Amino acid sequence: MSPAKNLKFAYWPGCVSRGFTTELHGSMALVAEKLEIELVELDRANCCGAGVIAEHNQELADTLNARTFALAQQTGLPMMNICSTCQGAQSECRQRLDADKAYREHVNGALAEEGLSYDPEGFSNKNFLWVLVEDYGLQKLKNRVVRPLEGLRVGPFYGCYVLRPRHRLGYDQHPERDLYLEKVIEALGGTVVEYDGARKCCGFPVITMSREVSLRQAGTHLGDAMDAGADCLVTPCPLCHLNLDMQQPEAAKVTGKDLDLAVLHLPQLVGLALGIDPKELGLGKHVASTKWVIDRLEPVSA
Amino acid sequence: MAKFSLKVRRFKPEPGEGPYWENFDVDLDPDLSVLDGLLQVRDQQDGSLSVRCSCKAAICGSCGVKINGQSTLACKTRLSEAKEWANRSNGNSEPITIEPMGNMPVIKDLVTDMESTHWQKIRRVTPWLLPKGDPPEREYIVPPESMIDVTQTMACVQCGACVSACLSMEADPDFVGPAALAKAYRFVGDPRDGERKERLHDLAQDPHGIYNCTHCFACVEACPKGVAPMDQIMRLRRIAGHDEDIDDVNNGRRHELAFVNIIEQKGTLDEALLLQESFAPGIKGKLKPPRGAIKALFDNIPTALRAIRSGKARSAEKLVPGIHPKLPGDAQKHVKRIYAHAEEHRIELNLYIKGEEFGGGDDNEAEELAENELQGKEGAPA
Repeated sequence: MSPAKNLKFAYWPGCVSRGFTTELHGSMALVAEKLEIELVELDRANCCGAGVIAEHNQELADTLNARTFALAQQTGLPMMNICSTCQGAQSECRQRLDADKAYREHVNGALAEEGLSYDPEGFSNKNFLWVLVEDYGLQKLKNRVVRPLEGLRVGPFYGCYVLRPRHRLGYDQHPERDLYLEKVIEALGGTVVEYDGARKCCGFPVITMSREVSLRQAGTHLGDAMDAGADCLVTPCPLCHLNLDMQQPEAAKVTGKDLDLAVLHLPQLVGLALGIDPKELGLGKHVASTKWVIDRLEPVSA
Repeated sequence: MAKFSLKVRRFKPEPGEGPYWENFDVDLDPDLSVLDGLLQVRDQQDGSLSVRCSCKAAICGSCGVKINGQSTLACKTRLSEAKEWANRSNGNSEPITIEPMGNMPVIKDLVTDMESTHWQKIRRVTPWLLPKGDPPEREYIVPPESMIDVTQTMACVQCGACVSACLSMEADPDFVGPAALAKAYRFVGDPRDGERKERLHDLAQDPHGIYNCTHCFACVEACPKGVAPMDQIMRLRRIAGHDEDIDDVNNGRRHELAFVNIIEQKGTLDEALLLQESFAPGIKGKLKPPRGAIKALFDNIPTALRAIRSGKARSAEKLVPGIHPKLPGDAQKHVKRIYAHAEEHRIELNLYIKGEEFGGGDDNEAEELAENELQGKEGAPA
């Protein structure tokens, strides 16, 4: 791709960004427009399985994701997602599909009737966080900032699925993927808050099975970030967002802490720095108040 | 030879003394291990430094520690690697930090008490074979290929690195944990064992059992032997929920089935339906929610109300279970077809033992990685 050309992706928004966190899907669209990233939405694609379908039947999860990859390949574009969990679940299936030709042919056999086939050759699937740093570029992002997040103290929260296991998630080629949130926060003019939970688990996967353990995880990380002086957290994972934001009052009860910390989706934080109206970015749709964050930002001059 | 700075977390058991950090400089070949560095410190600078070790070859599993925050074996981590890792975030000459393993009480310096946090949990899963019927006159005879399946869990050296890294155990010290559950799979997967169902029942019903794993991959990343404990836990869930139909009290199987069925019907996740079906399947038909599920459903009401108030769940499709739209056009039909195909075959491809069933493969990167990992398992560090 020549540098003059704008970025263009086959875009998989995932389920939760169109379900309980529509503000993520909406803010991504606004940010993509500002950054001139063209997104071709894969509206026929299916859920990644979030690890749960693989737990039930590995081949089923692999085939469902092979279908999504094949739909992306039909567009001739690299694929982008906005959910750490989609990234992790899809990378896991992809690792198996790529490792064995006979298995891949078997899986592709199930896709043939729809005229689809997944070919590992040249395929790419990246979370928006990775796209921002590796394809868009931090300097270019910096140049687009009209409302630097000066004085805003932001705690990164990655989500397990873009961190581990490293070899499956492309860390051999991109060893600093677990430092990108910090880099983005700095590029947007914000201050990175270091706290213990940035690379730990939000607890979401066990919220329906082991509720107290789940909420203790979320509450502990929120409390640690608040103790470290964070004004907000930022996450590339809508499932982390659900446990950290929507469940925050419940997490407060379990941990016995007074929790009140805004949890922003990555495109929301980027959007604020690009000068997009906080309301348009859906900051009013959170459970934990985002007012403190909005109040700390300079209004953008028209 | 090169200089390395080691920042070691010290702790003396004498009353009144808290843990503290101490820095030591060593001059060693960069290809030597962090354990070599610690042993040089002990030999030449401070004979009171305590570290557990034996084989220096990643076989005995004694020298589990945290290096730069990562749980691993000190003998399997080169000084050069550890230094690079320590420096990578700010490029300065940061010392290599070495701490005792997490989730365990510290006895002294880098020596932890593994009895309560590791060995008791290993014993908890009855880590020996329980064959049914009278023993054969000679040895048990099983086809070799049926044992290949459990070789991955047999590679465990009981170092505790996965326990140290476990984020579920951090929130719930009673969690049976990655090492013990991987060990449980070693017997669940063994064709000679006669108590498979009982083992699974026990671990599925325990609130600190297989459904308490938060799927964070920390144990997969930490394990120096490629055991991937979390993968074994997911296999235990798969066998308990699907093969043995164990309807656990933790909502594990119900949640899994609800999720799987929703995607078959809708293609993407209907969150309202997932919540309902996880706790009280068939609520609209015969109302027969299992015990405990009603309470669980009630526990979720405040969250649901907040979701409505904040505007997260204000449209009908997010409030009313089941009216979430299907995929457009004939896409849903194809998803259903995929389900039929995959449920018929149920192939499980374990990259650890890959190549047995499928001789094919190509030369792409993922395969190389899997193979490197296998070689790394066998080859001891020089």
